[in-house]
Amino acid sequence: MYTPPLRNLVDELGRLPGIGPKSAQRLAFHLLKVPRDDAERLARAIVEMKDRTTLCRVCCNVADGGALCPVCADDRRDTTTVCVVEDPRDIVAVEKTGQFHGRYHVLHGALNPLEGIGPEELKVRELLARIEPEGVAEVILCTNPNLEGEATAMYLARLLSPLGLEVTRIASGLPVGGDLEYADELTLGRALEGRRSVREEN
Amino acid sequence: MSLLRDEAVVLRTYRLGESDRIVVLLSKQHGTLRAVAKGVRKTKSKFGSRLEPLSHVTAIIWEGRSDLGVVNQVEVIDGFRTVREDLDRITQAMTILEVADQLSQERHADPRLYQMVVGALTSLNDPGTTPVLVAPAFLFKALVAEGAGPIVNECASCSSDGPLVAFDLSEGGMLCSSCRRGRPVSPEALVVLQQILGGGLRSVLSSPAPEGSAEVVQLATEAIEHHLDRRLRSVRSSVGL
Repeated sequence: MYTPPLRNLVDELGRLPGIGPKSAQRLAFHLLKVPRDDAERLARAIVEMKDRTTLCRVCCNVADGGALCPVCADDRRDTTTVCVVEDPRDIVAVEKTGQFHGRYHVLHGALNPLEGIGPEELKVRELLARIEPEGVAEVILCTNPNLEGEATAMYLARLLSPLGLEVTRIASGLPVGGDLEYADELTLGRALEGRRSVREEN
Repeated sequence: MSLLRDEAVVLRTYRLGESDRIVVLLSKQHGTLRAVAKGVRKTKSKFGSRLEPLSHVTAIIWEGRSDLGVVNQVEVIDGFRTVREDLDRITQAMTILEVADQLSQERHADPRLYQMVVGALTSLNDPGTTPVLVAPAFLFKALVAEGAGPIVNECASCSSDGPLVAFDLSEGGMLCSSCRRGRPVSPEALVVLQQILGGGLRSVLSSPAPEGSAEVVQLATEAIEHHLDRRLRSVRSSVGL
């Protein structure tokens, strides 16, 4: 039905996450209509991203061409605190809070026994190698609050605690703006467990 | 198009799109069910942690024309919190869920398997239970339910009373010293095996891990892998945890 080049493009776009056959067809016909310059710019951006993007040699975040990532290259960051996340996108989420000024470590996944993902598949060895040379005093376990993320946090805590540094886990509780009546038992239970004393500051 | 209501254990989940998940449930009356939980990965999802693997829930699923339903409502019967907060118990639970997923059939009720899964997770959730033998005991009991339980009270080859010294999967159980083949088994491990399969499970699980436990874990894994004809991912990837 399509010409071979168009068929190829529809097939390739259809392999992207969240893109079904209809969306792939729509995008392909859109690209067919755009000026040649626009299409070439998109193609160049993809190739350049693939050529130049590597993993930061310190924290395993995405970096530009074998260099350090922007966080590790910034010497104003606190090197004694490391926040461990599952995915580079989690760094963006934490950075948006403006509350954390240390460095990160990206595991590139979480333990998932049902998918056969064990510690060897994660960047755990790289994390352990950083502790002493960088003088890390605190590791914040910032993995997702689901079964895989919790298992990963427990595993890392078991590995890191004997090294004599402080190992902390991000708090778990109710989302701001949500209604209490819709909270599930586990989340509400943890929110109650992690309650804080409210003191009036003078 | 209708609403289906059933009790179920969440076996596993897969990411779908931006914020959804496909949830695989082992239900009491409908066997394995697959349904989409919309928006469950968002922090303000109404489902919260209720559809995490391990959760024992009552679910209401809207069934349309597709095989994949849509989760409408979920209430927790038991979240198995003690299990979730202990890495050793989580690895045991993952093995139970993986095997249950392999043994159950879509839309084919297996109340016995369902009860066994709930029972095993409830035992694992009891802080007084030694976790190391819960999954192996579940695996052996599941094999019995499948009609493939190992013979452990007499020689599986010549039916003599013993002494039983080896375990061979192709023969279907323990072998005496004259028929010995397969993996050697210590007398301590044999006692544990006989207790698990002979009505002494509760006392095994309530006491500290007996001698021979490691052998029993290995035997259970090999036996279920032989029956399923596939490797258990949860066991292989949990080595070193």
